Amino acid sequence: MNGDPRDFAAHEAALLDERRLDDWLALFAEDGHYWVPLLGAAQADPFSHNSLAYEDRLLLQLRVDRLKNPRAHSQHPASHSQHVLQPSRIEHESAGEVRLRTPFIYIEARGESQVLLAGTARHHLVRASRGWSIREKRIDLLDAARALPAIQLFI
Amino acid sequence: MTSYRHHPERIAALVQDDRVHRDLYLSDEIFALEQEHLFANTWVYLGHASQVSEPGDFVTQDVAGRPLLMVRQPDGAVHVMYNRCAHKGTQLVTDECGNTGRFFRCPYHAWTYKLDGAPLGLPLKNGYEGTQLKACESGQGLSVVKHVKVYRDFVFVRLSDSGPSFEDYFGEVLGAIDNMVDRSPEGKLTVGGGVLRNIVHCNWKMYLENINDTVHPMSTHESATKAAEALWEGRAPTDPKPMAMEQMLPFGSGYEFFDKMGGRVFANGHSVLGVNFSIHSNYAQLPEYEAAMRAAHGEERAAEILQRSPQNSVFYPSLSVKGSPQAIRVIRPLAANRTLIEAWSFRATGAPALLFERVMSYNRLVFSPMSVVAHDDVHLFESIQQGLRAGGNEWVSLHRNYDPAELAQETITTNGTNELLMRNQFRAWAKSMAAGMEAAA
Repeated sequence: MNGDPRDFAAHEAALLDERRLDDWLALFAEDGHYWVPLLGAAQADPFSHNSLAYEDRLLLQLRVDRLKNPRAHSQHPASHSQHVLQPSRIEHESAGEVRLRTPFIYIEARGESQVLLAGTARHHLVRASRGWSIREKRIDLLDAARALPAIQLFI
Repeated sequence: MTSYRHHPERIAALVQDDRVHRDLYLSDEIFALEQEHLFANTWVYLGHASQVSEPGDFVTQDVAGRPLLMVRQPDGAVHVMYNRCAHKGTQLVTDECGNTGRFFRCPYHAWTYKLDGAPLGLPLKNGYEGTQLKACESGQGLSVVKHVKVYRDFVFVRLSDSGPSFEDYFGEVLGAIDNMVDRSPEGKLTVGGGVLRNIVHCNWKMYLENINDTVHPMSTHESATKAAEALWEGRAPTDPKPMAMEQMLPFGSGYEFFDKMGGRVFANGHSVLGVNFSIHSNYAQLPEYEAAMRAAHGEERAAEILQRSPQNSVFYPSLSVKGSPQAIRVIRPLAANRTLIEAWSFRATGAPALLFERVMSYNRLVFSPMSVVAHDDVHLFESIQQGLRAGGNEWVSLHRNYDPAELAQETITTNGTNELLMRNQFRAWAKSMAAGMEAAA
């Protein structure tokens, strides 16, 4: 992934939807974070207000390892995801880093049920030796504060 | 399915000494009767006074299907009213929270009310001259919930005019709120960080039972705890644990740990799980905070507060409290097979920021819709809700450690894996349903 950074979000979402979770995790920088604020786009930081998820690499690794465990009961039947993305737009670009903005619809299906979420993904990418790495993937849901059923994979 | 309305004896028969009938979880009629009787007859948690800090601040909240309105008054008191205009029934406010200023104004015909619900004015006043409006309910302003108790800023309501007093209803379990509030050296908590709201497709009682269930973590949470243990394997015991690890790893404790943590039941369905210790007991110590606590509360009381961190304290039927981390869960039943669970975090005034970080982290890991731990719980609750529809066996077992002597006692201290904590909930359920139905008869 050394080409146009605008292709990054689609590549990243495809790894998730194909459940190539180790490859997905490898996209994160060592200090990378995955963040779903509870106030959506209105939230300034992950410390003064809570979040649906705020995870560093250690916790993301834990989540990925858990999903591989046959005793992850909630994955019988397994969940599947589909990201439907609008084209990514570059919000900011400077030497070695870029910020992308990608509106999306996310569907997580499991058995007879589906969860439908809409929002905007915001990637903060930094240039690494092998291409772009994620310093932060922030997901601003359309209505993050509403009561939700379980969301088991990665938005 | 059997009809239960007008048949209190059939309802009583659903709760036996050591098992309960599946209709408790499945029947829409039982759910409707619970809304009418159980949740009206007991003290239900509405909200925290810090959600309405200024005069005119309001919070809307349905309790047992009734839309309520909690409002801060100009004199500092907290009042609760039904969120229904006296005229046609419009909800006066439809936001979850906000500030109404000095009065409420109905958006439909502009009838206005003081913050305590008293009528203020209405348009085309002359049209009511010579009518009976002033004498009837619609002329009296908003209907007020008469039985409201603000206990150390925790606001509870009892919708029915009959039923036990607040103190008689909760009794000793109120110590669990005291413990959490006194974790502030200034004795003050405020809600912070927003609320995590989960829809779970199961009966509310199932969720509440699980709060008292210590036998499930080893098997239910195996995927999460094994992943955490594998990631942490090989580290020296002295290595500082990241907060998430400190909070996750104890879920993998063995049966002996959970059995020895102990439990206690009280009259009316309340209980404390983890009277000796809990999965929260070994969080990192904070010497400066502990010194501030000793200065505020004295040596003995400070030690008592800080050493006591039960797993869960259940204020039946709507609230579960974790003194440390400073978290509560509120159980809001929506239908026989649908429950809203709210997880709130508290800031303790005068305590270090780390405590707030701790509760936000815990709630995020364990009670968020994107939790790492709860997915397996939620899956199993939803599985039970389906599984109970199977024929062949219409009963749910609560036999573990059953002892007929328990029927004659109200407060019992026991081992942590005893299903007495659940049997106690169902005995209270039967009692409150019966009391409500007799009062209604």
